Amino acid sequence: MKCNKLVDVGRRQFLRGGAVAGVGAAATLMTGVQAKAATPGAQIDYDSTKLANLADLTVNEPVDIAFPDADSPGILLKMGEAVEGGVGPDADIVAYSVLCPHRGWYMNYNSEDRTLNCPGHFSRFDAEAGGQQVWGHATQNLPQFTLRVDDDGDIYAEGVSDLIFGRPSNVL
Amino acid sequence: MAYKRQIDRLPIPPSDATVHNVTCHYCIVGCGYKAYTWPRNKQGTTTDNALGIDLGEQQPADGTWIAPSMYNMVQQNGQDVHLAVVPDQDCVVNSGLASIRGARMAENRPSRVTGTQQQRLSDPLVWRNGVWQPTTWNDSLDLVARVTARIVAEGSEDDLVVSMFDHGGSAGGYENTWGTGKLYFDSMKVKNCRIHNRPAYMSEVHSSRDMGVDELNYSYSDFEITDTIVMVGANPLETQSNVFLNHMVPGMRNGAKFIMIDPRRSVTVNACEEVAGPENVLHLAINPGSDMALFNTLLTYVVDQGWTDDDFIAASTFQAGEAVGEGSGQPASLGSLDFAMQDIRTSLAEGAEICGVAEADIVKAAEWIAKPNADGSRRKCVTGYEKGIIWGNDNYRTVGAVVNLSLATGNIGREGTGCCRMGGHQEGYYRPGDGHVGRPATYVDQLLIGGGGKVHHVWATDHYKTTLNAAQFKRVYKRRSDMVKDAIDAAAGGTREQLVDAIVAAVNAGGLFVVDVDIIHSQIGQAAHVILPACEASEMNLTSMNGERRLRLSERYMDPFGNSKPDCLIAAGVAQHMEAVLREMGEDAYADQFSGYDWQSEEDAFMDGYHQGNPDVTYDRLRAMGNNGVQEPVRGYENGALVGTPRLYTDGVFIRHGRDDGKALFLSAGWRGWQAPGKAQEEASHEFWINNVRANIFWQNQFLDQDNDFVQDRFPYPFIEMNADDMARLGVSAGDLVEISNGNGATQGMAYPTDTAKPGHVAMVFGSPAGSQGNVVNPGVNELILPNYKHTWGNIRKLADAPPQARAISFKSKEFTA
Repeated sequence: MKCNKLVDVGRRQFLRGGAVAGVGAAATLMTGVQAKAATPGAQIDYDSTKLANLADLTVNEPVDIAFPDADSPGILLKMGEAVEGGVGPDADIVAYSVLCPHRGWYMNYNSEDRTLNCPGHFSRFDAEAGGQQVWGHATQNLPQFTLRVDDDGDIYAEGVSDLIFGRPSNVL
Repeated sequence: MAYKRQIDRLPIPPSDATVHNVTCHYCIVGCGYKAYTWPRNKQGTTTDNALGIDLGEQQPADGTWIAPSMYNMVQQNGQDVHLAVVPDQDCVVNSGLASIRGARMAENRPSRVTGTQQQRLSDPLVWRNGVWQPTTWNDSLDLVARVTARIVAEGSEDDLVVSMFDHGGSAGGYENTWGTGKLYFDSMKVKNCRIHNRPAYMSEVHSSRDMGVDELNYSYSDFEITDTIVMVGANPLETQSNVFLNHMVPGMRNGAKFIMIDPRRSVTVNACEEVAGPENVLHLAINPGSDMALFNTLLTYVVDQGWTDDDFIAASTFQAGEAVGEGSGQPASLGSLDFAMQDIRTSLAEGAEICGVAEADIVKAAEWIAKPNADGSRRKCVTGYEKGIIWGNDNYRTVGAVVNLSLATGNIGREGTGCCRMGGHQEGYYRPGDGHVGRPATYVDQLLIGGGGKVHHVWATDHYKTTLNAAQFKRVYKRRSDMVKDAIDAAAGGTREQLVDAIVAAVNAGGLFVVDVDIIHSQIGQAAHVILPACEASEMNLTSMNGERRLRLSERYMDPFGNSKPDCLIAAGVAQHMEAVLREMGEDAYADQFSGYDWQSEEDAFMDGYHQGNPDVTYDRLRAMGNNGVQEPVRGYENGALVGTPRLYTDGVFIRHGRDDGKALFLSAGWRGWQAPGKAQEEASHEFWINNVRANIFWQNQFLDQDNDFVQDRFPYPFIEMNADDMARLGVSAGDLVEISNGNGATQGMAYPTDTAKPGHVAMVFGSPAGSQGNVVNPGVNELILPNYKHTWGNIRKLADAPPQARAISFKSKEFTA
């Protein structure tokens, strides 16, 4: 099963560039103010972002998400068995950026073999192996989002394993 | 565990960062990059930076992005500086695309700050007291020269054996082939020499050249405007990635059909089907080694249908029967098309039987290549070929059969055509004449195995990983070089004279004195007595040309690691020490031959060599031509720019063979089965065909990638693609370590289940530091000593369950699925 419908939602988010520039400018201003008051941390702080609840997930049906902001589309997946980096009661929930780390094309999820595939240059990544590039041109594996599940079953993203395509910092 | 970089932020190059032109030095394509360097304590901002874009915004697909692998901190003029090496959007070769190799140039630079590539050699090493001791250039070169001079003066230059690169990129290039070439072919006349990846000193495409056709005759842009692309024994998506993505894909989108001739289904076939649709892709999965029969059948059919380009044949090809007779050093005769057809003629039924493909598919291929359009106009076709036939069966005749079809259909020298090898490294050959080497040249590996040679100079060549018959070679080589190590150990504490005497006595008793010049301590370097550290592109200025003859100056942007040097300056150092030692020995006339090496820089070597033959070309002029450079041959300098040649033979005059008549020749030869000795018997007595293949991720840079975590995480062991039924029968699971063995030796790798692999066929990655496929390749070569790596048969057994690193990786299909 393919999830092009869900992917299209994400693509619209991704292409919505104009609105985001304003947000970026505001964030820059706030950073400038904070710099006088506090020494910046050695690593980036991510806002804990609620993605979904356990009850929302069905095995092998991807849910479109965005993290750390609306310009960084991703997918949330319940794989049905424990996988690398998986969280939740079955250690099977993972989330990845869907921008190919080669040239930033929007990737499709193939639910038959559980891979993310780039229509631009044919790279592909294994959702069951920590986003490892199976074959392709990217020089890193797929950015995997660090997840936490709270007592209510709410799933939060709180970090990223690798730099997301198209930005010098995962938090712009 | 998938390797995570755990990087969520990178330094931003400031707007005043220094920008350098860089040509990727790994594969033949030579993609353009920009290297930005800036001081350690400076950085740009999201709005004011060297990229000139607002980095506070998410960049769109195909936008400019510095990936973590494109960043490092290196030394420049003795200072630590930030480095970013980013694909160049304005380079016509790659248009901003980066391969998985080139995009890791920065992280594969040596850095004492970030700890990358600490395997790089920093200082000369000499075998002393049972280990390799670091020392000075003077000390190490003195020992090299004293031993070498004694041996060639007391015996002859034939006692000096040399293995040396002949290519561009990496540590090759016009500067370094000239430096080594001047030393061995001008100051000396060394004939016992070989090239980095084959056991003698010769062209891989003799027949194309003998037919008058240089093997790099098109522009990559020809792929974009052709009607049919034919690939023979090539896998361009993996091994010329951005020629495929930036030139062949647009060609297919413009309507070109694609014919792949390869026993194995590669990811290239998969990608072509995605781009062009399966109905416009024809994969002729022929029986291994039968390429020549296929091309003879295609040409026969085209001739019989009247689809030849008769005007072109009349104007540009030889007409009068036989032009060159078959003989020693000439594996087939050459002449007119009519003459050649007498040997070539192969019926569809014969061709289909030999090749194991349907007659209808052969007809379809012939139609796609040569059947004129309804309005009578001719189709255009670009043909590319590579190791599948170069390192395949009957090299000379098979390459000739491919070129025959292109000539007969007028598909050389015109827009949208070409008949070219796809290539491995870039080219960068400029040396004095090599006529003294002879044809056929010495089979150097066999010379060494047979006890020949006393001193071996090795330049960026690792026979242990990349030669045929490697198991036997390593056994003998270790024994012979150990004799010298033992002699050196026994002479410990003595004078230099006593040491040289001990080494000379050991080589006269059957030992071998080994000097290894390389950027890392290689596997053959384990046998060396002197190891000299070279630097490579990025640490020196380097000129090379790519697969469409595009010449660029790739600029130095960082210091050589430690005390390493460009190969050309190392060669100069050897020459200067030879001169001094020979004078001391009273050999003044001989010593005089080693003058003329007072080069201070690689540019001096360039001016002494390439510039002499191409007086319009200088570093300054090339620098001004940027990453688009100029296509060779350079025809002049006008209006502040070098004038090049986008395509060869546009005048229909073929000159590569050196004939005054300018007429191309057809090669006359029929199918004769397995050409190389021992292949037929090996096939009959083993279960599996052991194909050797390349992989996108590390082809051309595996020697660096053995120290690269991202790559080692993906393939911790060399992969062996196997059919699932074969694996089940042998009790092998994904990731298990298996051994391939035959009478030549054994090697090992990791089973990778591959649903497109045919039963009885396996594909092992070539040149792996962790499992040499060459161990099981027999010594069989063609008449001109071209190795046949591709046709090897062996049996397979399980060695061990998948180790933890192998269990953690993905074994899914490499083919894209929408």
